[in-house]
This record gives sequence, structure tokens and C-alpha cells, in this order.
Amino acid sequence: MVRTSRRTFLHQASLATVLAGVPAWALTEAGSAMASSGASNGTLTVVLNPEPPTLVSFANTGGTCVTASSKVLEGLLEYDHDLTPRPQLATSWSVSPDGLTYEFKLRENVKWHDGKPFTAADAAFSILLSRRYHPRGTATFANLDAAEAVDATTLRLRLAKPAPYLLLALSAGETPILPSHLYEADTAVQNPLNARPIGTGPFRFREWERGSHIIYERNPDYWQPGKPQVETLLFRIVPDIAARLNGFRNGSLDIGESSPIPLSEIPNLDKYPHLATTTKGYADNAVVTALEFNLEREVLAKHEVRRAIAHALDREQIRKIAFYGFAVPTVAPIVKSSFPRFHLDAEDPYPYDIRKANELLDAAGYPRQGGGHRLGLTLHANPFNEGFRRTAHYVRSALARIGIDVTVREQDPGSYVRSVYNEREFDMTVSGVSTMFDPTVGLQRVYWSKSFNPKVPFSNANRYHNPEVDRLLEAAAIEPDVEKRAELFKRFQEIVIREIPTIALVQLQSVTVFNRRVDGFSKTASGLRGNIADVHFAQA
Amino acid sequence: MDLPIVATDSAPAVARPPGRFMPAVRRTLRQAIPTVLGILVLNFALLQMVPGDVVDVMAGESGGATMESMRALREQFGLAGSIGERLVAYLGNLATLDLGVSPRYNAPVAELILDRLPNTLFLVVSGLAVAIVVGVLVGVAMATWAGRLPDRALSLVNLLLYATPGFCIGLMLILLFSVKLGWLPANGHATIGVTLAGGDWLLDRLRYALLPIVTLATFFIAVYGRLTRAAMLEVRQQDFVRTARAKGLAPSRVMFRHVLRNALMPITTMAGLHFAALFGGAAVTETLFGWPGLGRLTLDAVMTRDFNLLLGILLLSSLLVVVVNMLVDLLQLWLDPRIQAR
Repeated sequence: MVRTSRRTFLHQASLATVLAGVPAWALTEAGSAMASSGASNGTLTVVLNPEPPTLVSFANTGGTCVTASSKVLEGLLEYDHDLTPRPQLATSWSVSPDGLTYEFKLRENVKWHDGKPFTAADAAFSILLSRRYHPRGTATFANLDAAEAVDATTLRLRLAKPAPYLLLALSAGETPILPSHLYEADTAVQNPLNARPIGTGPFRFREWERGSHIIYERNPDYWQPGKPQVETLLFRIVPDIAARLNGFRNGSLDIGESSPIPLSEIPNLDKYPHLATTTKGYADNAVVTALEFNLEREVLAKHEVRRAIAHALDREQIRKIAFYGFAVPTVAPIVKSSFPRFHLDAEDPYPYDIRKANELLDAAGYPRQGGGHRLGLTLHANPFNEGFRRTAHYVRSALARIGIDVTVREQDPGSYVRSVYNEREFDMTVSGVSTMFDPTVGLQRVYWSKSFNPKVPFSNANRYHNPEVDRLLEAAAIEPDVEKRAELFKRFQEIVIREIPTIALVQLQSVTVFNRRVDGFSKTASGLRGNIADVHFAQA
Repeated sequence: MDLPIVATDSAPAVARPPGRFMPAVRRTLRQAIPTVLGILVLNFALLQMVPGDVVDVMAGESGGATMESMRALREQFGLAGSIGERLVAYLGNLATLDLGVSPRYNAPVAELILDRLPNTLFLVVSGLAVAIVVGVLVGVAMATWAGRLPDRALSLVNLLLYATPGFCIGLMLILLFSVKLGWLPANGHATIGVTLAGGDWLLDRLRYALLPIVTLATFFIAVYGRLTRAAMLEVRQQDFVRTARAKGLAPSRVMFRHVLRNALMPITTMAGLHFAALFGGAAVTETLFGWPGLGRLTLDAVMTRDFNLLLGILLLSSLLVVVVNMLVDLLQLWLDPRIQAR
């Protein structure tokens, strides 16, 4: 019997561990093109953070979900940077004069990735699915009575009341068109295809290794011949911000949207001639940073106190400090860049004026006491964007100058939603509201008294209730005439700019960072979050 | 010709008492089940106290939701009902080895965990192995030349490695080897999009793993170095060492075969504890290098209040800790014949 002595065993064991742990660095000649798969001409490497939970965006519309979904699943329409609709799966459309009937002519000879033909039945099915499961779908398609496939290439929608924003709600990310022959309405959310989607888009799903990457490959049967001009789309999931920055520097990442690197680093990108940035491609998702007040608190229910706070804030400072210059100050909650016709070009009725702020607080019955302290308030910072946090800290130091002691609460997403929307234990919050593609869809929920609901996040957090505002918003929601609608929105903005239940501060700008060899990705209002069929490598 | 005093380098002529290992194994198994159950119940209770649940987070991420959709989701994911009901339901599922489904990822928890488990195991085991080998060698060197220049120099390096946080070291390594020199990749665990086999596959994996393993190991090298040094200095003063030297054995043989082997006890204990700690605690390294492992998954699960996933990971971790501690016990029994398992 062979007895292994302890000596031999330990000897062999240490040899084994050394072999397992060490040799790679001795073989550096094997590590040639370190930029791994990004160097090959056919692969576009997109950085994603955080990892999307599913690859289909009809029920979950978190940012990266939309980015991943819109390459495989398309929408009926796409939009220019000024939100003018253009054909995608629908080639033409008409709206009846009373705004109650929509007819879409759909593209012919489009095939799903599994070879079956795309028909109007698929479009009808997808719209009804959106109405049922989409976080905004119940609102967007609330007035929808019926969606029917008149024939294989004609879709008709019948509405109970007009919905002037409906035509803008049909982008790939917002209302993806799903294959009705592979989905059941009742089990759609748990369908395993949500993790390996089948669509009509320029790219097909190939592989998803959770935590690491998603691979899409070119669809050779895409209905736009010759497109896409990229062989493989590789989504890398990189959770660490420093790692993303390094990835761009060393060329292993080609493109990333929604500010993938710290805003403070963007001026330093000059040192890397192969990198460039753009703020285009976010017109359908305009986010306004706002300071929201909980109007159920006695202090903040007083208009003078809110005015005093408004006088103490300098939007230019917020633009520079909190957003490193990547923001546009705005007084009106409907921004000019996305909605030039609805935007109210108003002067700030409460400009930066510390003296005035102090006077107002004195008059409101909050004199300075010992230590210059008037009152204390809590401020919750929305954790979904770093800029909100920095704005909250700016607000704290700004209000300190008028004697208000602000305690900033920074929480993780789950706790934030609970504190502000469920428990409502907040005085003020710095939050961002996206107007999305239409003020009725994005903005109404913040000001409309009927959307107040403690169980639903991002509804009316301040508990604002103004019957005139309600009337204006409800009228604008069903007004088909653009001019009249613009008039309603402008009057609405006049009121809320004066009453400031929330103070609109700045419109934040998202930045897309990209390698100069990539082009053709920001042709639409959705930018990289669209189907990027036009993307290609600028050949040198 | 051997002296009458018997050297102890081979198995003693007297057989060890039979079944020395079995009592240890039996004891571990007896204690394992209540331990794991206790961990699960305690964590379940703790998680209920955290504000917000997964549906809140999903609604937050989507930028809004409706009452109906949230209620429907809560029912689907079994989040309606009292804490007691949910705990009983969960334990009942466990009895059939069903870890449940993660609502956010829409995939079975077992699948999510098993996808990441090999990556984390590889990282942690390699990191600890490297740390032990290098740490012990460094400790031996420090003990051999205790008080003299090599010891002082190594102690200083040791201190630096101990004091510098892991992510700092990791970032510096990335800057040097990946950005400046371009020798090694900075992110991920394998080259994507190519299928490799055999030696190529191993090489590719090692290239990606090298920096994370080194980052993970640096702190523990310092720990094991100090431990070895202290233990060896203490053992060196024992009588049997003096005897060995008096017998005329070579100094290296004395150092390794007699002193070191007896000094390994504290190291194995610590290694067992560290393995348990590292298993979920490699989150920083994993995040830094984009390594798809369990640490990051745990972090995500906590942030998104994905309790099913979290409990599944906790169950796995506690089981692994129990097993590893048992193995360490057995290892120590084997290393030191004097220990008797109770």
C-alpha cells in the first residue's frame, strides 16, 4: 500500500496551487490586442449599467431595458429630434378630424426573427398588452376602446375620447411590437422569451450571460436591405464607474448613453482624441430637476415660505455645481428643447434675492432665533441620478443662508420610494420628472390632484390640489387642436410658476460618450435607445 | 543509522485511534441543520424590517406605475400575506428544494445562483490559495531573518499591503497593467464571442482572472504573513526544535518540516474564516473588475429588495461556511495527531 507521507502531500499540494494561480503573467506575448473583441470591425461594444432585468420593455421600462429591447423589437413609429413622427413598422397613418379613429398602414414583407410574417394582428395585440402591463400604458391608452386588425396590413384604433399624445407613444422603446403567435396576454410577463426576445428589428438575440454581457447579431433578413452595417452588437455590463472610464480610454468600449462616465471627467476627454460626446438623442426623455414640497406640512403650505425658498436658489449655480455645466436652467416645467410650442417663456417671478427671502420669512412668522436658525426641514434626494444628490446638497447650503437648517437624507431606491411616496415622511425632495414624449403623459401626474396615490411612486408627491390646474390639464389631455392645446398648457404653466408647488430648477442633459469610429446612432429622438439601424463604423 | 529517538516524518508506527474523523463529521452534521435554519429565519425577519419591497423598486425604476399593475405583481410574487405565512411558505418550498423565482430577473433563483457560483468560487479559492502560499513564504522569510534587514523590509511591505484598501490596489493595478501597459484586460471574466477549448480556454480565463485574484489576495498576504511569522517565532523556542537542531538536521529542514508545520494551525483556522467572509464579501473586487460573481448579485439583491434571491444566496453561503469549517476541522485533525475530536 502506498502511503503518502505528509511531506510529499504538502509538496504536491503547493505545486498544484502555484500552477493554478501564477502562470498567466509569464505568457504576456499571448496578450496582444488587449482591446479584446472591440477591435474587430464588425462588433460594436455598448456599455450598459445597470444590467436590465429583462430584454423586453413592455412591462419594465427602466432605462437599460429600453436600450436592450429596442434593437430587437421595433415600434410602429420613430421620431425626429423635434418629435415629428416618421415611419418604422407603420408606413403611413391618418387620424380622423374628431381624433377618435386612428388608421395605420403597416409595412409589408416584414418577418419576425423566426421567419413568420408580421401582421396587423401583432400590432393590435401589442398595443392591448401595453395598456394592460405597461407602467404608463394604462394612462396612455386609457381612452382606447378597441384595437383591431382590419386586414393583414391595416391597424385601426378606436378611442372613446381624443388622445393627442397617442401618436407620440409608439416608439420601439415605449410600445414594442411583440409576436402575437408566441405570447399569451395572461402570461406575458413570465414568458421566457422576455430573456431571449424575438422581434422584427435589425438585430437578433444570440446570447445573454447574466452579470457579464448580452450579444446580438445582425439580422440578415431585416426589412431595410443593407442595414445594419454592424455584424455584432455586444452589450457589456460594467457596474463600476471607474472601469467604464477606463474602458472608453483603452478602446474596449465603443459607446454608452445616459452619462456613463462622471460628468466631471468629460472635459478631460480632450486628451483622448478617439473619444467624443454628444447631448443629442434624448428629446423624448426630457428630465427636469425640481424641488418638490410636501404641501401637507403646515410650514410649506404657506406660499410665502415657498417663495422665500425660491428666492434663495440660483439656477445658474445648480447648473455649474450640480451638473458640471450639463444642464439648462428652466423656470417652466415644460422644456423648450422638446416642446417648443408648449413651453412658456416666462420670467422667473422669484429671482435670486437673499434679502427678499429673509423678508418673506420674517413676514411669514419665522424670525431668526438663537444662532440665526429659523426652522428645520428634511430634504430627500432622489437616488436615481447623482445630479439630484448634488443639487440637494446645494439646496442645503443655499437655504442655510436664510436660516433654514436642511437635513439631507440620502437613501437607496427602495427606501426612497417608500419614504417619499408610501409613508410620505418628507418635507422636500429633489427629484426629476421626465416629461417623456408629451406633457400629459409625463408631467400631468405631478400636478394633477387625482393622481395622488400613496401606493404609487412618482405620482403627485406634493398633494397639490388646484381645481383650475386640474381643469386645464384634463382639457389639454383630450384637445386635438395643437394651438388650443398649447394655450391650455401655457396657462397651466403660468399658474404653477406662480404657486410653485414644486420649483422647476434645471433641465438636465444626458451625455452619450462614443468612440469616433462609430456613427449613425443618434438620428432619432431616442438616440441610442432607438433601434440604431443606421449605425455604422466611420471607415478610416 | 537512525538514532533511537524516532523521527516523526512518516506516519507513526502506532495507528491512530480509529474513527478520529468520524465524530467530527457527525458533530458538524448534527449542528449544521439547526444553524442553517436559524440563519434563514433570522435573515427573513431582518429583511422584513427593511423599508420598501421589490415591487416598489421596480415601479421606481420604471419611473412610475399604476395601482393595478403593482397589486398584480405583488400577488404573482407571493408578497401579499403576513410574515408568518410567507415564512412558512418559503420553508415549505425549501423542503422540496425549490428556491423560488426572482421577480425582478424573472428566472429561477437556483439558476441565477448556479450561474455565478463557479465564478466566485474560482476567484475566492484562487485568491486565498495565492494568499496562503505567498503569505506563508513571506512569513517564513520574516521569521528566518527575524529582527534583521529582510524582516524589517518585508514588514514594511506587509504593513502597506494591510493598510491599503482593496479597491485602491485594484484601481492602481488596472491603471498600470491595463491602461498604461495594455498587458491585461481590466474588465470581465473571459473574452466574449469566441469559443475556446483546452489550453486556450484556460489561458484566456487566467488572463482575466489575474488582476482580480491579486487584488483579492493582497490583504490576506499581509494577514498570513504576520500570522506565520508570529507562530513560527513561538514554535521555534520549543524544546523539540532544539532537539531537531541538536540532531544535526539541516536548517531548512528544521524550518519547514518541524517549525512551519506546527505553525500552520492558526493559519488554517483563519483561512476557514476568511473563506466564509470572502464568499459574499468579494463584492468590491467583483464590482471593480466587472467579475460576474455572487458578491455583486447579493449587492444587487439587497438594493432591489429581491428577497427570494437574497434568501437563496444566504442559504447557500451558510451551507458553504458549515462545510468549509468542517473541512478545516478535519484538516487540523490530520495535521496535528495530538488533537482529539470530542
